[in-house]
Amino acid sequence: MEWYLPVIWAVLIGTAVMLYVVLDGFDLGIAILFPTTRDEGERDQMMNSVAPFWDGNETWLVLGGGGLWVAFPQAYAIIMPAFYIPIILMLLALIFRGVAFEFRWVAKPHHAKWDLAFWLGSTIAAFAQGLVLGGMIQGIKVENGQFAGGPLDWLTPFTLMCGVGVVCGYALLGATWLVFKTEGPVAERARRQAKTLLIGLMAFAAVVSLWTPYAHPRIAERWFTPSNLLLLWPLPVLTACFGYMAWKRLHGQHEFTPFAFTIGIFLLCFLGLAISNFPYLVPPDLTIWDVAAAPSSHVFVLIGVSFLLPMILFYTAFVYWTFRGKVRADSGYH
Amino acid sequence: MTIDAFLLSRIQFAFTVSFHIVFPAFTIGLSAYVAVLLALWLKTGNPKFHQLARFWTKIFAVSFAMGVVSGIVLSYQFGTNWSRFSTAVGNVIGPLIGYEVLTAFFLEASFLGVMLFGWKRVPPWLHCLSAFIVAGGTALSGFWILSANSWMQFPAGHEVRDGIAYPVDWVQIVFNPTFPLRFAHMMTAAYLTTAFVVLATGARHLLAGKNPETAKTMVRMAILMIALTAPLQALIGDFHGKQTAIYQPAKLAAIEAHWDSSKPGALVLFAWPDEKAELNRFEVSIPGLASLLTHGSMDALFKSLKDFAPQDRPPVAIPFFAFRLMVGIGTLMIVFGWLGAWLWYRGRVFETRYWLRIAQYTWPAGFVALLAGWFVTEVGRQPWLATGVIRSADAVSPVTVMQVAISLALFVCVYSVVFTAGILLINRLIDKGPPEGEAKDPPEQPSKRTLKATQDEASVLFGDGHPGDDKIQPAI
Repeated sequence: MEWYLPVIWAVLIGTAVMLYVVLDGFDLGIAILFPTTRDEGERDQMMNSVAPFWDGNETWLVLGGGGLWVAFPQAYAIIMPAFYIPIILMLLALIFRGVAFEFRWVAKPHHAKWDLAFWLGSTIAAFAQGLVLGGMIQGIKVENGQFAGGPLDWLTPFTLMCGVGVVCGYALLGATWLVFKTEGPVAERARRQAKTLLIGLMAFAAVVSLWTPYAHPRIAERWFTPSNLLLLWPLPVLTACFGYMAWKRLHGQHEFTPFAFTIGIFLLCFLGLAISNFPYLVPPDLTIWDVAAAPSSHVFVLIGVSFLLPMILFYTAFVYWTFRGKVRADSGYH
Repeated sequence: MTIDAFLLSRIQFAFTVSFHIVFPAFTIGLSAYVAVLLALWLKTGNPKFHQLARFWTKIFAVSFAMGVVSGIVLSYQFGTNWSRFSTAVGNVIGPLIGYEVLTAFFLEASFLGVMLFGWKRVPPWLHCLSAFIVAGGTALSGFWILSANSWMQFPAGHEVRDGIAYPVDWVQIVFNPTFPLRFAHMMTAAYLTTAFVVLATGARHLLAGKNPETAKTMVRMAILMIALTAPLQALIGDFHGKQTAIYQPAKLAAIEAHWDSSKPGALVLFAWPDEKAELNRFEVSIPGLASLLTHGSMDALFKSLKDFAPQDRPPVAIPFFAFRLMVGIGTLMIVFGWLGAWLWYRGRVFETRYWLRIAQYTWPAGFVALLAGWFVTEVGRQPWLATGVIRSADAVSPVTVMQVAISLALFVCVYSVVFTAGILLINRLIDKGPPEGEAKDPPEQPSKRTLKATQDEASVLFGDGHPGDDKIQPAI
């Protein structure tokens, strides 16, 4: 087998997941912050700030899941049953928050229940994604290429903490997005919230960075082998710097940079997790080469990806550009 | 029959896919309809087209949201509940789904934003183009998913080693033998289904005396669509049936409840297929007609259910009854559509109240026929998940019965609440109808105006494209 095909695909899927986390992260995040205001106009403004984008954002989740099946069918077949409960939970939660985008407007003035669905659905979806993330880090029991663990293997203090961490991180992305895209009371409140959430996210990142090498010798070895450490030390330092920069920018009048630095923090954390686990896709046993699809399948889709992905990025950018600028309380996009 | 993870997973998949399929079918048709309305508006400048486009876009948005969320469920369920299937055919079907996401999902999802919220943000031609792109995206999505589905019905272009399918020829895989007709059948079904919803809506508004101008347009456009696509669908269905005779003889035998291959197949109008006794009870049939329809001769012999070992036969009752339901509805559609066309030709369609009264209740017709057809083809594929490659019973994930029982219960609860609410909200939008009063002050032909003026005028007349801003529209 061509050794590089699974590597290319791992990078591609990693990119898709990362784009998903950042893009859907902020629109899940604004929903997580929904209950912090009772004002209907402010909620309209918050929802309007993501309304034209959320569907495209969520498509990256389909690409992440679908891509995993395309490129690493065996990993897909192990990971999905292993996280059966959190994944079903996430799907059900996404149903509520997804339809709330449309139902809420049509149901007015009786939309309180869809506000609740929007908030609860988004929060549970984010939490469930955190559970899956934590579960992936702690590893999956596999025998004969099949998931061989119990239905609640994923339920540990570590995964619960990851759930909370992801909710906090998404809320931060949402808050900084609101600072960037809105004005008036919504933006001011978001700026205050972002400071607290930033502390939360940085604390979470620190705990994961210490907990995972402590619990998993392979991760400790990856990071603390002297030759590796020499190469890798800038990563946590840079993350801390980004956190500090975001903090400073939130205290000033900057509107876009807090969001940008938050994205930077997410990228670096994701990179850190990738470094911890590469080349394992189903830790602790299966590498990306163990679970890869047939090379012909890899190549067939790669041909499409090579021109479709730039196109997708181009028209995604076009949509963001079309709906550029602030969403005001009175007019929204309208 | 024991209650195990396999049975519950099957019920769960059937349940979630049945709910899902309704929405994409509707949105495939509706996005095309909205795109056509916008194009007609750009071309003629007649404000009624713009009014209708706004009206149907709101309904489209709600339906599309339901299609998206119920679709994400499916893309993950292959893994959560059918992991051995994912492994066995992932090399072949995975890429088809991958292409669906890359070519269709992103396209639809991204330009949907422009279509729903771009009324004032982009020039009319670009807005119209976005609607066409969304419509094209939904059709493209149908292309890939039906390619994958058809491959499962009759796999081609692959080889199986150690129980895992490997791709050999991608052209044969994508354009597998049963794909073109199945795709045509499904797309036509989507457009036909939507046409009946448009017809029912127009009829309802006419009977209620609500905005008769747009209502008449809806009825006319729907009649035209139905009169053309309903017979076309029958023709495609006939070809599809003949093809099933070649590629999936066991399914055909189940559809016809054909037990004895020593005699030509009779067209069974009604029967109670008894699978244990291997015969039909209470049979009413026309001798030789099934042979004629599927093989072109009254005397043709074809494989019967008894030619397959019991463990290789699909269940008989579901394909048998569902097929008759589908064909029955299809026939009524042709009759009703042509009757409407004839009334229209005589200039009486809007005065013939009995026809309109029936028409207003025809909206579920397409959906029922579509689901019935889906059950025919999917149940008829059993006991295989991918014919000859993996059986359904061997495909289920190593999950506990309790997990699936809980998830199934949750799906039933959530879908009942969410989709009932969605359908009620759509009903509310339909009831409200396109805003009246615009005709007094119609926007002029958009191409002759500056962009700004058109936008301002459109916003005054039609609100902002968002359901939430109905308050600035004229009161109804």
